[in-house]
Amino acid sequence: MIEGAAWRRWVFFRIPLAGFLIFLLFPFYWMIITTFRPDSELYRPWRAANYAPFWTWEPTLTHVKYLFNETVFTTWLWNTMFIASASTIISLICGVFAGYALSRLNFRFAGSLGSAIFITYLVPQTLLFIPLSEIIRAYKLGDTPWSLILTYPTFLIPFCTWLMMGYFKAIPKELEECARIDGASRWKAMVYIVLPVAVPGILSAGIFAFTLSWNEFIYALVFLSSPEQKTVPVGVVSELIRGDVFFWGPLMAGALLGSIPVAIAYSFFVEHYVSGLTGSVKG
Amino acid sequence: MVLLGLFIAYPFIRGLLLSVTDTRVGVEGPFVGLQNFERLISDPIFHLVVWNTCWYTFVTTIFKLGLGLWLALLLNRSFRFKAFTRAFILLPFIIPTVLSTFAWKWMFDPTFSVLNWILYKLGFISSAVNWLGDPELAMFSIIVVNIWRGVPFFAISLLAGLQTISPDLNEAAAIDGAPPLKRFWYITWPLLLPVTMVVVLFSVIQTFADFQIVYVLTGGGPANATHLFSTYAYQLGVGTGLLSQGAAVSLAMFPILMLIVVGQLLYIRRVEVR
Repeated sequence: MIEGAAWRRWVFFRIPLAGFLIFLLFPFYWMIITTFRPDSELYRPWRAANYAPFWTWEPTLTHVKYLFNETVFTTWLWNTMFIASASTIISLICGVFAGYALSRLNFRFAGSLGSAIFITYLVPQTLLFIPLSEIIRAYKLGDTPWSLILTYPTFLIPFCTWLMMGYFKAIPKELEECARIDGASRWKAMVYIVLPVAVPGILSAGIFAFTLSWNEFIYALVFLSSPEQKTVPVGVVSELIRGDVFFWGPLMAGALLGSIPVAIAYSFFVEHYVSGLTGSVKG
Repeated sequence: MVLLGLFIAYPFIRGLLLSVTDTRVGVEGPFVGLQNFERLISDPIFHLVVWNTCWYTFVTTIFKLGLGLWLALLLNRSFRFKAFTRAFILLPFIIPTVLSTFAWKWMFDPTFSVLNWILYKLGFISSAVNWLGDPELAMFSIIVVNIWRGVPFFAISLLAGLQTISPDLNEAAAIDGAPPLKRFWYITWPLLLPVTMVVVLFSVIQTFADFQIVYVLTGGGPANATHLFSTYAYQLGVGTGLLSQGAAVSLAMFPILMLIVVGQLLYIRRVEVR
C-alpha cells in the first residue's frame, strides 16, 4: 500500500490505472456498442449534431441476424472450434511426451534437442507460410481443415514441449523413484504418478495452445479458399468486406461473437492462462 | 521429434529452394540462383520494408516495455478487485487480433471516427484526421494498435517477475531512507532485468514478423508506406502469385532476426551469470 496523503493515491495510482483500463478496454466497448446500433446511427458522421458516440437509444439485433442468415457464420465457428481443438489435442499429446522425455530421460543430445525446440518455438509463422502453402498444395490438402490441423502443431508442439519441460523439471524426481521402487514400470510411473501431478501444467499449455490456434490468421488465410471451410477471423475478413464496402455492423457483430468463445474459455482458466504465459517466457 | 523436424525444417529448406528459382503459381520455375535476392536489393519498396519493420519494432518495443512496466508496478500493489482487473487487462492479448483490429479500424474511419469526435470535442483538432490515409499517420496508427495489443503481455509477465522479488529488500532500503525512484533503479530494475530481457526477446520476434495488424488496418498502404516483411511477402507471393519472390522476402527476415536473437541471448547469458 502507498504511504501518504489521499491525493497521492489518486495521482500515482488510481488515475494511471484507470487510464490504462480505458485505453485497453475501449475498443471492446466500441465493438459491443456498434454491434447493437442501428445503421442510421452507425453511419452518422461524427460532425453531426446528434452524434452520440457512447450510447445507443434504439438497440437492435439486425446485424447479428444478418450475420447468421446471410453468411455461414455458424459454420465458421464450428470450423474454428474443430480445428483449434484438434490441433490443441495433437500438440498436447506430443508436447507432454516430448517434454517428459527431454526432462527425465538422460539420453545423448537431450540438451541440444531442448535448445533446438526452443529455437523452433521462436520461428515466426510468417517466415514459413509460402513454402508451407506449396507443400499443402502438393499433398492436395488445400481448402480442407486438415491443412490447418496439420500445420498448427508446427508452432504449438514446440510451445507445449517447452512449457511441459519446465513443468516436469519442477516435479521432484523422488516421487517417481518411489513408484519405481515399488515395482512400477517407467510407463506406469509416468501415467499414474507424474501426469496427475502435472495436470495444472497440461491445462495451462492446453488453454494457451487453444487461444493461439483460435488466433492464428495467416495460415488460414492462405490455405483456405471456399467460404464453407473458413475459420472465424478469415471468414469475417473475406466475406464481410466486398471490394471497398465494409459492412461495419455485421463486421463488429462477427468480431464480438467470434471473440466470445475464446473469452469464455479464458475466463474459466485465467490462472492457468497466466501461468502458461509466464511459464512460456521462463528461460 | 522426427515429425517436428519434418514440419519445420522441410518447409524451411523448401523455402530456400523456392527463393532461388523463378516459380509462379502453378508453374515450376527454372533455377535462377540469387536473382530474387538481387532484385530485392535494388527494389525501393523492399528498402522501405526493411526500414519500416525496424522502426515499427523499435518504437513499439520501447513503448510496450515502458507502459507494461508501469502497469506491472501499479498492479503489484494490493487493492480490491485485483484479480478481476488483471483478468480484464489481458483481454487485448486473448481476443483474436484480426477481430480486435477491426474495432480499431472502425475507430479510425475518417467519416465516422469516434477518435476524431473525442479530439474535436477536446479542442485538439478542427478538421477530420484521416488516420489511415496519410503515410505517417498510418504508421502511427499501426504502432498504437500494436502497443495496445502488446502492453498486457509485458505487464503480466513483468508482474510475475516482480512478485518473485522479496519485498524485504525494498523495505530495508526504505528504512535506510532511499527514495522510491532510487529503490526502483537500484533494487527492482536489476533484479527484474533477466525477465525483462526474455520478454523483450519474445516481443521483438513477434513484432518483427507481425502480419495481422497491418494486413487489416492498411494492407501495406497508402503507397506501401506501412508494408512490413510479412505483408510484402504476402502481397508478392499470394497476391500476385510470384511465389519465389515472396519466399525471398520472408526469408530475408531470417538473417536480421537471427542477429537480434543471438545478440539478445548473449546479453541474457551475461546478465544471468552476473
